[in-house]
Amino acid sequence: MLNVRKITLLTVGLLALAAATMAFRTAGGLKVGDKAPDFKLKNVDGKMYSLEDVKDANGKKPKGYVVVFTCNTCPYAQMYEDRIADLHRQLSAKGYPVVAIQPNDPAVQPGDSFAKMQERAKEKKFDFLYLFDDGQKVYPQYGAARTPEVYLLDKDLVVRYHGAIDDNAQDASAVQTNYVTNAVAAIEKGQEPSPADVKAIGCSIKFKKS
Amino acid sequence: MKKWLLCALAGLSWMLVACQSSPETTDESEVANRPAPQTMPFAVYDNFSALEHVFHYNNDTTYIINFWATWCKPCVEEMPYFERLIQQVQGKKARVILLSLDFKKDVPGKLTRFVEQRRLESQVIALTDHRYDTWIDKVDPSWGGSIPATLIYKGQNRKFVEQQFASFEELEALVKAFE
Repeated sequence: MLNVRKITLLTVGLLALAAATMAFRTAGGLKVGDKAPDFKLKNVDGKMYSLEDVKDANGKKPKGYVVVFTCNTCPYAQMYEDRIADLHRQLSAKGYPVVAIQPNDPAVQPGDSFAKMQERAKEKKFDFLYLFDDGQKVYPQYGAARTPEVYLLDKDLVVRYHGAIDDNAQDASAVQTNYVTNAVAAIEKGQEPSPADVKAIGCSIKFKKS
Repeated sequence: MKKWLLCALAGLSWMLVACQSSPETTDESEVANRPAPQTMPFAVYDNFSALEHVFHYNNDTTYIINFWATWCKPCVEEMPYFERLIQQVQGKKARVILLSLDFKKDVPGKLTRFVEQRRLESQVIALTDHRYDTWIDKVDPSWGGSIPATLIYKGQNRKFVEQQFASFEELEALVKAFE
C-alpha cells in the first residue's frame, strides 16, 4: 500500500522547499525604503565616526548621506575613486556628504589595511570620510555585495537609492546617467528617485572563509 | 484521503514547474562556432541580448558558466578548478564557459594575452556590455553584481553562486548534483 504518511511528508517537504526558495530570493540586505543602521567606525584620521557625527560642507546636519562601500584595491573602485571625490565636493555642499566605508578583510586583501587606507587617502587628498569596517560588522547589515556600491540615505537614514554611481564604469567621460546625483536631485524636489536601484558589476567583498 | 493528497501533490508539482520560465530552445552551435571577430581567440559580445540564449539552452547538457575578469584576483585563483573540471567531465554532457567581463579596452591586449598564455581548455567568451543593470537580473535575479560568480544549469534546473569556490571539490560537488 502506498504510504499516506510518506506522501504527506513529501508534500510538506516540497512546500518547505518552495517557501525556502522564495525566502532566499527576497532575503539579503537593505532595500529602498528600509531604515539603515548607524555605526561607529574608525576614519583614516584615527577618529571614530557615526552618521550622527557627520556634518555637510556647510557644517550643518546633513539632509542625507551618500554611503559608499569602496576600497583601495578593486579596479572598479579605483576607476570610481575620482568620481567619488567629485560626488562629495558636489553633493556635500547641497547637504549630502559622502561617507565611504572600506569593507574588505585586510587579512585576505592586504592592500586594504587601515594603514594602506590612510596612505591612499593622503595621496589622493580625500576630503570625505574613509572609514574602516574593522571586523566586518557593518557591510553585512547593509547587505553590500561588491565595491563600489552606494546606499543613498535621507536624513532619517532611510535608503532612497541603492546601487551604481553612474552608467559607465570604464569611461567617466562617456557617462550618460549619473544615478546618485539624479537621486539626490529627486529627493530635493520631494520626489522618489527613479531608478531607485541599479545593479552593476564590481569586486566581491573579501572575507575569510570559515 | 490518499487521492486528495495525490491531487495536492500533483498540483504542487505543477505549480513549481509552471513558475519556471520556459525559454525557447536554441541551437547552441550558433554561438559555439561563431568565428571570433578580428584575431582574438574567443568571441566578443558587446550586447548581452546576442548572448542571452547561452543561458537558456533547453537540453540535457549541464552548462557551467563562470563570470570572471583578468583584473579579478579571486576569479583568476579559482580558474584552475574550471580547467580541472573540463578534464573531469570529458565524455559527459557538460560544457564549461569562462565568460570574461573584462573592460572593452582590455580585450584585445590584456585578455587576449591571458587566454593565449594560459592555453585555456575552457571556451572563453568576452562580454563587454557595460549596461550591467539591463542584464544582471537576466542571468540571475539574486546576483548582486560581484565577481567571481558562477551559474550552473541544466534545462530548468539552475544554481547560481556569487562567490569564489574554496576548493575544486566544492565546485565538483555542485556540478555532480546536476548529473
